[in-house]
Amino acid sequence: MSFLLELDDLKKYYTLTGGLLRRKVGAVKAVDGVSISVRKGETFGLVGESGCGKTTLAKTTLRLINPNSGNILFDVPDEAKERIRTLQREKKGGFELRSLRRQWDLAVFRGRRLREMRRKMQLVYQDPTRSLNPRMLVKDILLEPLAVQNIAKGTAALQRVSEMLQKVGLGERHLYRYPHEFSGGQRQRIAIARALITTPRLVFLDEPTSSVDVSVRAQLLNLFQVLRKDFDLTYVYISHDLSVVECIADRVGVMYLGKIVELAQTPELYARPLHPYSIALFSAIPIPDPTVKRKRVVLSGEVPSPVNPPAGCRFHPRCESSMQVCQTQEPKLVDVGNGHFVACHLFSK
Amino acid sequence: MAEESFLRIKDLDLRFYTYEGVVEALDKVKLSIKDGETLGVVGETGCGKSVTGLSELNLIPPPGKIEGGRILLYKNEKWVNLLRQRDAYLRNVRGNDISMIFQDPKSALNPVYTVRQQIAEAIMHHRLEELCQILLDESKNAIESLKKGGLSDREKAAAEKSVLNKREKRMLERMLEDPSNPIVRIASKIPGLNRFKKRFNNKVTTEVVRMLRDMRIPDPERVADMYPHELSGGMAQRVVIAMALSCNPNLLIADEPTTNLDVTVQLQILTLIKDLKKQYGMTIQYITHDMGVVADMCDRVAVMYAGNVVELAEVMEIFKNPLHPYTRALLECIPRPGTEFKSIEGFVPSLISPPKGCRFNDRCPFAMDKCTRQKPEFVTAKKDHQVLCHLYAGETR
Repeated sequence: MSFLLELDDLKKYYTLTGGLLRRKVGAVKAVDGVSISVRKGETFGLVGESGCGKTTLAKTTLRLINPNSGNILFDVPDEAKERIRTLQREKKGGFELRSLRRQWDLAVFRGRRLREMRRKMQLVYQDPTRSLNPRMLVKDILLEPLAVQNIAKGTAALQRVSEMLQKVGLGERHLYRYPHEFSGGQRQRIAIARALITTPRLVFLDEPTSSVDVSVRAQLLNLFQVLRKDFDLTYVYISHDLSVVECIADRVGVMYLGKIVELAQTPELYARPLHPYSIALFSAIPIPDPTVKRKRVVLSGEVPSPVNPPAGCRFHPRCESSMQVCQTQEPKLVDVGNGHFVACHLFSK
Repeated sequence: MAEESFLRIKDLDLRFYTYEGVVEALDKVKLSIKDGETLGVVGETGCGKSVTGLSELNLIPPPGKIEGGRILLYKNEKWVNLLRQRDAYLRNVRGNDISMIFQDPKSALNPVYTVRQQIAEAIMHHRLEELCQILLDESKNAIESLKKGGLSDREKAAAEKSVLNKREKRMLERMLEDPSNPIVRIASKIPGLNRFKKRFNNKVTTEVVRMLRDMRIPDPERVADMYPHELSGGMAQRVVIAMALSCNPNLLIADEPTTNLDVTVQLQILTLIKDLKKQYGMTIQYITHDMGVVADMCDRVAVMYAGNVVELAEVMEIFKNPLHPYTRALLECIPRPGTEFKSIEGFVPSLISPPKGCRFNDRCPFAMDKCTRQKPEFVTAKKDHQVLCHLYAGETR
């Protein structure tokens, strides 16, 4: 099993400053030590409530935001990965580690190398109305990545643009229009075309269907499936719409307050969630069938502030089966078999 | 059936006069809401769900205009057409009889007032007499129990506190008679004379805090003095619900109250609305686009498409036995694992020039010749199951 993208203990803290001297008074721990691996060709779902750090994780992985620490290993040979990890674990190999990371670790890339990497990873934003420049023609929106990445010029570029538009279900007649002339679903198609025009290998889809209606949502989801086959893509699908993720993702990670609390194959996770937070989350999905009666877990209170998250397990103040150890010790993400990972003291022996 | 309902919408036509043309937002909408039920109104964006709710309060903003039809409310044992009432009358209806929760709680709240001030506004407007009477009664009871004696020190102190002096009492009585009495208004501004007003305001505040506590808000006294930006989405929605329920309405129109919220918070709010429905004994018109929420919350469902109510039936019936082609297509759009995603062909038509005949005819797999020519009638296909489609009109079958 080859991994396309691996994140090792990725952290992103936003510093809070205050007072006259703008001193550091705290930090928003948006992403706090996330390690995930995305396989080649799969769709990895990332779910969680708003503010849990899903989008920050995506942006940090693309280096639109710089991480505080951690490795981002994208398409790295296994030997190099092993070497980096061994050196980091043993806390030695200053020069070798540095040169290895400079060669492979996206977290420390700069300048041209960073731009080259970005060509292989793209992001589709949540709201196409805001992510498309209203003053640019569709043609210019799609030509820009080609120019920036130095992929094609002139008529060749235009040729590519119209091919791409056809792939996403639009046509040449849409080239000379502005984004406001399109419906929400069509706008999202333009955003997808823009992401795919650099022929990336990994695409982050950040809630791509949250701003469209159910009938359009189905069209977009079908488009994603078709494009995945055509372009041989790997998706990271970020959403809080859990029923969509169930249908589209191969594996799903559940995030809570900047941490992955559970990660498993989709059918396994939806049928048998283990972490108390996942149980509550999945039981809260409204099922469109009035005959289904089930026990639903209503969580009390609200998500705590990520500025000073609770000590120990971050979920313990809201957890029904909270124990003494939960208040002091942070649970590790452990494998409970069958590729099912969970970070909870109930399951760590 | 007609006797059970207390609000009926008959042939409601609503148009928006925009620069691009006349938008026929609602076209002969018929709907009746039964006492004590939860009626779900579902449909896609722009199908007229929200404006139906707004019309019931006669709150359609310009350039919208209600061009025909009636909205009948059963009030004081007679039917009143809300579209033909004066503003003063309607102000009384809004809040007291019909109340509304809006979609986005953050924009429904005024950012420059505290939660307490905003909820108090509704209470002061609608329940002034009731609160004055309570204050007067409390004073009377306190005097009586003080005369009787035999109270503990604590009770005695409390009773003495609620005794009104002569001047306060007279002012409250005046306020009870006519809230806009100039003497009352002037006196409430003069220090020393305005103690009655302070008592009244304290009463309102306790009422606000009681409402917030009913919404299961922890530490309601503190939340009451917060500004909307200090609240989280779920909390803000609770405040909006508190405001809507503060005057004990018979009908609550909930316009997508959980759309912007996370699923766990959504579940909290839905549970709250269900509990409050029992506690306050109200009827709910629940506007949403989420079929899952409908299945969970509603007793009956009205499906809307392009300004028409296309189907109206019990919730079980809608899910098990949908009749209208649009309802069927909508239910098929729900993603199910292991199957391909189904969508509805084509687009929602522009309501500036809606299709002739049935508005769904261009996307309907069962479209007949008749559908493009003639508007379908809202027919009763079965008991308690009405549908707007030629397929079920008597003569075609």
